[in-house]
Amino acid sequence: MLKEKLLSQLNSVEEYERTPIPKNKLKGWKSFIGMYAGEHTAGTEFVIGPLFVAHGVSASDLLLGLLVGNILAVLSWAFLTGPIAVKKGITLYYLLEKISGTKVTFVYNLVNALMFCFLAGSMIAVSATAVGIPFNMAMPSLNDWLPNTVGWIVVVIAIGVATTIVAMFGYNQISKVANIAAPWMIMVFIASAVAVLPDLGVHSISDFWTKAKDTIWTGTPLEGQSQFTFWHVLFFAWFCNMAMHIGMADLSILRYAKKWYYGFSSAAGMFLGHYIAWVASGILYSLFLLESSFSTQFAPGPVAYRAAGLAGAVCVVIAGWTTANPTIYRAGLALQAIKPKWKTWKVTAIVGAITTSAALFPALVMKLLEFVALYGLLLMPMGAVIMMDIYVLPKLNLKSNFAEFFNRKFNPSAAISWVLTLLSAIFFNIYFGIEVFFLGLPGWFVASLVYIISNKVVQQKAEKSKETIA
Amino acid sequence: MKLLIKFISYIGLVLTLIPSLLVFTGNISLDSCKMLMLIGTIVWFVSAPGWMNKAEK
Repeated sequence: MLKEKLLSQLNSVEEYERTPIPKNKLKGWKSFIGMYAGEHTAGTEFVIGPLFVAHGVSASDLLLGLLVGNILAVLSWAFLTGPIAVKKGITLYYLLEKISGTKVTFVYNLVNALMFCFLAGSMIAVSATAVGIPFNMAMPSLNDWLPNTVGWIVVVIAIGVATTIVAMFGYNQISKVANIAAPWMIMVFIASAVAVLPDLGVHSISDFWTKAKDTIWTGTPLEGQSQFTFWHVLFFAWFCNMAMHIGMADLSILRYAKKWYYGFSSAAGMFLGHYIAWVASGILYSLFLLESSFSTQFAPGPVAYRAAGLAGAVCVVIAGWTTANPTIYRAGLALQAIKPKWKTWKVTAIVGAITTSAALFPALVMKLLEFVALYGLLLMPMGAVIMMDIYVLPKLNLKSNFAEFFNRKFNPSAAISWVLTLLSAIFFNIYFGIEVFFLGLPGWFVASLVYIISNKVVQQKAEKSKETIA
Repeated sequence: MKLLIKFISYIGLVLTLIPSLLVFTGNISLDSCKMLMLIGTIVWFVSAPGWMNKAEK
């Protein structure tokens, strides 16, 4: 009886993967504010803030870099992703299929799903550092790549299973959990940082700036870590969600919006999560470094527990969970686009299994900054392709939605743009030493330019072959 | 009834945040702060589902 009821509930999960959202299913701005605030006040925040400290960012570079970078991220969501999401009303994967054809979309979806799995996996790993506290679990350190204890493996699998089950019930369930947790999480972030300020020598507001410069963000990286500057912070803040805004992955979420400008609701996530929470977690980590004589152990759970007790540890678990959930959901959509007949919940279950396996490796957490930048860079070219396809090609008398219009399974222009962009990124990285954080911006222009030029050639040939057949 | 539940929820949030300010000003200890934050957390998660996701319907 219970099994039948659960199956019927799971089968009724309808996410409108290949049809525009019905008007009565559109969501109000509050839903997006909750979603963005929950998603970006998350487990990653417990890692990114401390990694900035480890990379020796100075206090002024951090505060200014985050301000500019986050503003640019919000503008990207509002002016690039929002209008297309509302205009088209379909998922990124379906739109890409119309433009690039099933073959390119197939590869894109696989890469995308894998990246989402890794990201969600890192969040499960972060949660595990908190869940493991009562079991005296040995915590991973900055140099760990492989799982080091049986306890770690057991805890990660338990969290992975729980997260996957919730994600299997669809966007509505995820949205509800994120909505409830978001306001509380940001309170815990702020409270835990404020509560430890006296231990860092800050006893009044006037003490803060001096201690921020001399004790928290000293401008000196930890041994073995590279030096970060204002530009690293700016570009990281802007591009850490590049796959979502410029890369257009959030078409799948923002298509539920009633108006295009709901993209501005991402500001809730950026300024609560990617500003206040990064600053707060940096403060917590600097205290940990001082008290542990600069230990290489890197575990957000115990750090939050030291500052806020059980509430802090629970916050780490929930923060990781509310990020992992929508990410697993997105990965499920990516895979389902390959086989639309698959049930959403079954695909999500498979994705959850891959995610949980990935979460077993602490390296995902320790190299999170590099991974997040790489993941945005890998997926960004398709966002440029979509932008050019919708806004620029019609103005050049070229057809949008090449694959659909010419009834092709493969759009060479999209494939060439993607491959050449990534090759140019590798070239700049290897021969000019440009770090992964800075490759997204020139990459977007390369992708756009290559797509326009190659379309001129490819569409001319396609038109000729169409005429010949006719 | 809904208003009362909402009020209780906000008390939960206040209990999560304000104790840290009192630690900063030297009025309470960090241990007391942790206890109050935990109470605030429980109050929030017990009461908030009673109104948060129902408000938009």
